[in-house]
Amino acid sequence: MIRTTKLSLVSLGLAALLAAGSAQAAEDAHSAPKPARQAWTFAGPFGSFDQPQLQRGFQVYREVCSNCHSLQRIAFRNLAEEGGPGFSEGQVKALAAEYKVKDGPNDAGDMFERPGRASDRFPSPFANESAARAALGAVPPDFSVLAKARGYSRGFPLFLLDGLPIPGGGYQEHGVDYIYALLNGYSKDEDPNYNDYFPGHKIGMAKPIADGAVDYTDGSPKTLQQYARDVSAFMMWTAEPKLEERKKTGFRVMAFLLVLAGLLYYTKKKVWADAH
Amino acid sequence: MSGPSTYVPKSAVGRWFESRLPIMGLMHSSFVTYPTPRNLNYFWAFGGILSLMLGVQIITGIVLVMHYTPHVDFAFSSVEHIMRDVNWGWFLRYTHANGASMFFVAVYIHMLRGLYYGSYKAPREVLWILGVIIFLLMMATAFMGYVLPWGQMSFWGATVITNLFSAIPVVGNAITTWLWGGYSVDNPTLNRFFSLHYLLPFMIAGIVILHIWALHVAGQNNPTGVEVKNVKRDTVPFTPYATIKDGFAMVVFLAFFSWFIFYVPNYLGHADNYIPANPLVTPSHIVPEWYFLPFYAILRAIPDKLGGVIAMFSSIAVLAFLPWLDTSRVRSANYRPVYQVFFWVFVACGIGLGYLGAMPAEGGYVIASRILTIYYFAFFLIIMPLLGLFETPKPLPASIADSVLPRGGSAGAVAAGAASAPQTK
Repeated sequence: MIRTTKLSLVSLGLAALLAAGSAQAAEDAHSAPKPARQAWTFAGPFGSFDQPQLQRGFQVYREVCSNCHSLQRIAFRNLAEEGGPGFSEGQVKALAAEYKVKDGPNDAGDMFERPGRASDRFPSPFANESAARAALGAVPPDFSVLAKARGYSRGFPLFLLDGLPIPGGGYQEHGVDYIYALLNGYSKDEDPNYNDYFPGHKIGMAKPIADGAVDYTDGSPKTLQQYARDVSAFMMWTAEPKLEERKKTGFRVMAFLLVLAGLLYYTKKKVWADAH
Repeated sequence: MSGPSTYVPKSAVGRWFESRLPIMGLMHSSFVTYPTPRNLNYFWAFGGILSLMLGVQIITGIVLVMHYTPHVDFAFSSVEHIMRDVNWGWFLRYTHANGASMFFVAVYIHMLRGLYYGSYKAPREVLWILGVIIFLLMMATAFMGYVLPWGQMSFWGATVITNLFSAIPVVGNAITTWLWGGYSVDNPTLNRFFSLHYLLPFMIAGIVILHIWALHVAGQNNPTGVEVKNVKRDTVPFTPYATIKDGFAMVVFLAFFSWFIFYVPNYLGHADNYIPANPLVTPSHIVPEWYFLPFYAILRAIPDKLGGVIAMFSSIAVLAFLPWLDTSRVRSANYRPVYQVFFWVFVACGIGLGYLGAMPAEGGYVIASRILTIYYFAFFLIIMPLLGLFETPKPLPASIADSVLPRGGSAGAVAAGAASAPQTK
């Protein structure tokens, strides 16, 4: 058995060497730097969202991003739901009423506009994709699941650690790290469409936000870095609104399964005691 | 192996029913008194784990279908609706999506177990071939399931894979059009994939029943590869021995599975599949799910399209011929020192092909894929037939009992104790 294990280790080692060599080649082919891993409150098995941060992130979205980016899958009511930014129902109603929502047809067969309700989804900045393309030259992606739709690979062998329950593993925040890096990645003043982290570096979205653009009321620094951090966290919530519920449930499920496994193990030992 | 049922119903109703439909007796002889080799290790738990996974996938799938809309305009949104608005929808979807991966983790371990211990050799050829058919059906089901969320990888994966059929000479294009239900992957394709994705799991369940039937006729193989000679000494009854052991293994596997569901649910997926399908934008790399990567690497290793398709399908079809390709008189690799080396190199080769399948098909990757593809086929077509003729196996134990029980007079006592264990404990 020892011999077998040794052999398997050798062959796995060979595979690893081979793979490492080819990973290096892949690295060279794609010159964009890898986003740095950020510390997020929602990372890890016990992670949860930072409510004030989500509220600030929403403010950034509302005052800056929402001029071009839609948020079609989020309803106003979601902002008051558990595991989210924690707005009160009254705040949500007041917020929704500030928006005009197209409804209809009414009894006369006409479409009409009315103030938004908590159950409405966020109205999009453009009526359709063609309107967005006509105004901006391209269609800005919807924000709802964007934090899960973007990402990067840490390459071999780090990507293996991403999936493991070890310190430094369990890494699921590639998308937000990428978005954070992208917002901070406009490095050339003379070219607002140059971005360090965008594949190919030529990004359609010119530098969208700068220091002081949004007026925070809670005393947080009014810097690009802070805006980027907050809006990235907000986007993680829109992409994964059940994240907190998921991680909390996970802990209970894991605890149950591990205790059950322990009980079964000792029962098995007892049953098999005289069979071997 | 099971023999005639010794089941005697305790109640009058039970006896009345049993004399009309002896299904309780069948269950009793299959899952209670069924003799299992005394020396099975935990690699033998994966059959049970796979049955569990099939159940998990069917149950979560049936509930997901209650909320899913198979239409190109609504599929992606309905999946997001499940994630956001359906009670426990995120749990159902993450369980189902990661469940597919777990299913393949278990099936690959199960298959490699068979390959290592020679479980495909006589008299288990039909059992093995049924397994290969299940594997093929699983691949088809998983592939079509991945298309249903209608993200970018769904759409482009479906396009690449269905396009493979166009490599068939003369009728290729006609077949592809027929598969698509049109001239490109579109709503009819999504609809038929949905229909088949719902159908195939029940076909798998049917063949699983045949697979278990065949298993219970031939009996389980075991780590020595030596057949059961004395049922009393060499085996223990399925219940409680295998039941409790498999139960423990299943719970450990569920804990592993839960880690993915609750903590890294998107680790095994691809970020691009959270972008709604767009026929006008091709992703920079089209990558199938991880469990297809070794076969995808074989497909791309061959410079000719038709050749690649043939190689890919052959790489699975060759498994069905294993019982006749392996010429060794000894089943278990524990007693085959040379085969053992080739086996582990084969495992490494499979992992290497998996890695290469995820890389772009260019330069060194293609050359490495070709080398590993040659080894993959050589293992089955050259090494296995020849090695059995030249290799000198190590001496086999006289019986299963001799391989696990302590030497001396205790063996008989232990066997007697084991046989009566269900009643006395």
